[in-house]
Amino acid sequence: MKPTNLFILALALAPLALSAQERFATRNGHIAFHSSTPIENIDADNRKVTCVWDATTGAMEFAALIKAFEFEKALMQEHFNENYMESNTYPKATFKGKLSGVTADELHAAGTYVVTVAGDLTIHGVTKAVSLPGKVVVDAAGVVKATSEFIVKPEDYDIKIPGMVRKQIAETIKVTVDLSLDRM
Amino acid sequence: MIRSSFFFLALCASQLHAQDDLLGLLGEEETGPEYTTASFKATRVVNGLSLENTAHGVLDFRISHRFGYLSAGREQFWGLDQAFIRLGLDYGITDRLMVGLGRSSFQKTVDGFAKYKILRQCDAGCSMPITLSFAAGSSITTLPANQVPWYAEGETDYFTNRMGYYFQVIAGRKFNESFSLQLMPGVVHRNLVASTQERNDVINLGGAGRYKLSKRLAVNAEYYYVFPDQLGPAPGVADGKYRNSLSMGLDIETGGHVFQLHCTNSFAMYERGFITETTGDWANGDISFGFNISRVFTVHTPKKPVE
Repeated sequence: MKPTNLFILALALAPLALSAQERFATRNGHIAFHSSTPIENIDADNRKVTCVWDATTGAMEFAALIKAFEFEKALMQEHFNENYMESNTYPKATFKGKLSGVTADELHAAGTYVVTVAGDLTIHGVTKAVSLPGKVVVDAAGVVKATSEFIVKPEDYDIKIPGMVRKQIAETIKVTVDLSLDRM
Repeated sequence: MIRSSFFFLALCASQLHAQDDLLGLLGEEETGPEYTTASFKATRVVNGLSLENTAHGVLDFRISHRFGYLSAGREQFWGLDQAFIRLGLDYGITDRLMVGLGRSSFQKTVDGFAKYKILRQCDAGCSMPITLSFAAGSSITTLPANQVPWYAEGETDYFTNRMGYYFQVIAGRKFNESFSLQLMPGVVHRNLVASTQERNDVINLGGAGRYKLSKRLAVNAEYYYVFPDQLGPAPGVADGKYRNSLSMGLDIETGGHVFQLHCTNSFAMYERGFITETTGDWANGDISFGFNISRVFTVHTPKKPVE
């Protein structure tokens, strides 16, 4: 074999060799959202968010069951599912993209990394390309945590809010993501 | 040689591609049973109970109103001069058990009931196709003894003589996003009745449905069939007959309210009244316009299960 060919072969095999990848995952991630208007604040929590992150490639995926969002008021939860998110038709919100700003090697040491997550966010059946700020924290015990805070506009995802309740539901919804990831 | 290298590259690319579905690595999600919600917009179809319960910790203040009959004519402003009202409070003790209390101007009646969801229709995680509830309630008239309609001349005014009960099974299904249907077999027991021609226990079968026109608008209909030869002559009615209760309505939902507008031939808004004492005849124009307003308050937030 010519050396150049060997080189190409090595290059080709490299991803295979890396298949002992640094993957992280959770089944009980926390996504919360907050809508604030002078009339009413609305908060909801979903503590059953699934997420898998491949730190080697940066690939990241989320799935949140819409019906798993819990509200303080039962009627709000019903309306959220029935009228706004139409959770029977669109049961999940998903994200598929890439996290950049931290390498797999860096995760072996404690530290805080400012990261960017970019990809496709699908809510209510509408997919939008987004780029979101986030933070990855590795604590002394080696536990990897990822957090993010961003704004979502219901309008962007074709979620119609009628005039009647326009004053109770904010035009921009603050979303917070809080994950404690386990090595897979 | 070069070609085989490319082959390797292609192989590697496909390898990478296989990792596209990262969430697939977690395997199937384990979700608990997911119960069907919002089969009806409110806990009442029109007069009678629907498949829905007041949620745990929620207090529902209900104002129900029925005007007089359209057939009352111009003099009575087609019924709008007259009105019956029921003020009620319902509360969800758990997600499956609700209780309610009400006071109606019809025969000045206080009524109370409890309703328990025995079976819950399921969307995912289990296979229950229907929701089945059991409801039991009681009503007591507070009219002066000489005005209680079922008292004969000189009837002894025992407290129990003023009472009536009902027991009802509410079984139904939300067939799809828009359409729900329920059947309500039941019995109304009256401690005292006006004559020997009347049965104390009145067996009846109700049916009700709703169809959603839009996310916030639904049409409802409700009918209670009373099996024949159980009710005696109705005082003050031309042919002396009691009628089956038939109601049709429109539910309009806003944020925290549900407005129910309807037409019905019953004035009473509690079971004994509308099942056994309806005298209005739709064919005769004995149609009463009415509305229910429901306003919910979350008075207690149930503790979420710790995970």
